[in-house]
Amino acid sequence: MDLNYSPEELGFRDEVRSWLAANLPAELKDKGHLSRDELLRWHRILAKKGWVAPAWPKEWGGTGWNLVQRYIFEEELGFAGCPPLMPFGLSMCAPVLLAFGTEAQKKRFLPRIYNGDDFWCQGYSEPGSGSDLASLKTRALRKENHYVVNGQKIWTSYAHYADWIFCLVRTDPTVEKRQEGISFLLMDMKTPGVTVRPLILMDGGHAVNEVFFDDVQVPAENLVHKEGKGWTVAKYLLGYERMNTGRIGESKRELRKLKELAKSRMSDIRWRDRLTRVEVELMALEITNLRFLDRMRRTGQPPGADVSMLKIKGTEIQQALTELAMQAADPAAQETQALERRYLDMRKTTIYAGSNEIQRNIIAKMTLGL
Amino acid sequence: MNFDYNEEQQLLADSVRRYLQKDYDFEARKKILAAPAGWSEKVWATFAEMGLTGLPLSPDHGGFGGGAVDLMSVMEAFGEALVVEPYLPTVLASLVISRSGDEKQKQAILPPVAEGKMRLALATGERGVIGAPMADQVVLVRGSEVLIGKPVILKSYRTVDDLSAADIRLEKAERLNATAIEEVLDFGAALSCAEAVGAMKFACDTTLEYLKTRKQFGVPIGAFQALQHRMVDMFIAHEQAKSMACLACSKVDSSENAADRARAVSAAKIKIADSARHISQESVQLHGGMGMSEELKVSHTFRRLTVLLRRFGDIDHHLARFASL
Repeated sequence: MDLNYSPEELGFRDEVRSWLAANLPAELKDKGHLSRDELLRWHRILAKKGWVAPAWPKEWGGTGWNLVQRYIFEEELGFAGCPPLMPFGLSMCAPVLLAFGTEAQKKRFLPRIYNGDDFWCQGYSEPGSGSDLASLKTRALRKENHYVVNGQKIWTSYAHYADWIFCLVRTDPTVEKRQEGISFLLMDMKTPGVTVRPLILMDGGHAVNEVFFDDVQVPAENLVHKEGKGWTVAKYLLGYERMNTGRIGESKRELRKLKELAKSRMSDIRWRDRLTRVEVELMALEITNLRFLDRMRRTGQPPGADVSMLKIKGTEIQQALTELAMQAADPAAQETQALERRYLDMRKTTIYAGSNEIQRNIIAKMTLGL
Repeated sequence: MNFDYNEEQQLLADSVRRYLQKDYDFEARKKILAAPAGWSEKVWATFAEMGLTGLPLSPDHGGFGGGAVDLMSVMEAFGEALVVEPYLPTVLASLVISRSGDEKQKQAILPPVAEGKMRLALATGERGVIGAPMADQVVLVRGSEVLIGKPVILKSYRTVDDLSAADIRLEKAERLNATAIEEVLDFGAALSCAEAVGAMKFACDTTLEYLKTRKQFGVPIGAFQALQHRMVDMFIAHEQAKSMACLACSKVDSSENAADRARAVSAAKIKIADSARHISQESVQLHGGMGMSEELKVSHTFRRLTVLLRRFGDIDHHLARFASL
């Protein structure tokens, strides 16, 4: 056991760090509320370097890095204050296509995802189907060589930027086991009948939307995996999604900024202890994350359900940091508004990507056998 | 970066665990505690046979040159079994002697310790010294000086977690060079974290088992989501604590500077104090009335965790030290 990075791993980290320092445009650093162009600009810079999709197989543009290198890379992206890489294409749709897609689907979509030609979004939640996702109602009716889609999705992040959406839809409302009537369908957002309506959240920002489907015609070739196998695909994807939710690099950066911001308060023991506890939580999360990666490396097994704990702890820490940052600032100063808005915005983290309560259900059932 | 135990560490961990499961179950432990001495010479002799008492000592003194990571799995297993023999006090005092003693002191004390013929204790004051009643020699840290001598027992008693302790003074005390004390105390703190992690593991495992078997309203109580989520939070707290114990032990062995080591150890002590409190309290609560009963081991684990999290500096001490580094 040795929890220090090896000289090779440190060398890799330094290489990533200095490349990011030289190539991250100053105007994008730490910027909130990014436009489509800004998000894609950063995506394309990384794509050009060959670093935009490290986890993909090499033949499709992956880097061949091992798990620890991939972890270091992600942490450095966050720590450097880079714009987020939108996961919907790179680490959601692409892994699904790689695992379940046809050769034609891979060739058609993967290079465009890699190069940032298409912006993707995810159509899962519906007004009546949040945590109970399998109750979803958006209907896709097969007619000859296409599907006709009717229904509504909600909380769709960046649908207003997106060229494509991958959706869970109901292809068979009659099967007894409702999961078996769900399919995974790719739709061009420009298809007639698709309407996007903004949903403004309490921080005043526009990131999520409602998406309406009104007799939308989707070619049958856009079905991924078999009809009725959408739930299998979604479950596969959930494991992927949770691997990215620790957000350790970002939280390290926020912590460092917070320490700078509140330097003078460190003599206040109440403040010092609150901050220290969050810092220690972050250390524990980091080591736990590395321990899981190490286990994956040794066993070759995909992440178990207990990686849900990374999501739970990671989001709790993100929220705690925004709360502390807000408390550290002068409540009368106008600049403090940005911190307050960030606090408001980050309340979403314990709700999205499977609420933390759902994550606890997953651990209870899958890991603890309750 | 790796979290593996090497082959030797794994073999040792397995054999210690097997031995404790076979010969140190809850009933056997009860018998040991029922005797006036409150510890077992036979158990101690077995520890020595397994190489545990010499584990951290150099081969020159009959030891194996082990570090904190080597002892970690042993302490985890001891925590799970709630061992009452004064293992860590002996290890820590022997480390002080091996790092700061002169050759005569080392030769007189360390080989007999490795052979299991001598027990030691490390005291950071003259009151409440754990392991002193059965110690042949005590290392006493008093202010900036470190002394070693035979303990005179002024008053002996059992701690809440059933360890033997005593108020002492030293007879024929000799002075030791004090330079390595901080390091040894961090070594002890890191291993007490490993011990706590073992105790927490037992508390989690036995509570989970109880949720699956205890029936009320016609179903196992683990069917209730209110309890499921609390069990999950205990599970997470244990995993986080385990990570921090790994970090602390690894840094004790590998840190090039004292601040780096102290930071990791204090962080582990902070996290583990929180986890231990959380898990011990929840394990009793989820057992209901039975959790309060002396008949169940979980109440003894509660006692061990309650006291353990305050040994080697309580949470306030480590919060202050962490922030100062």
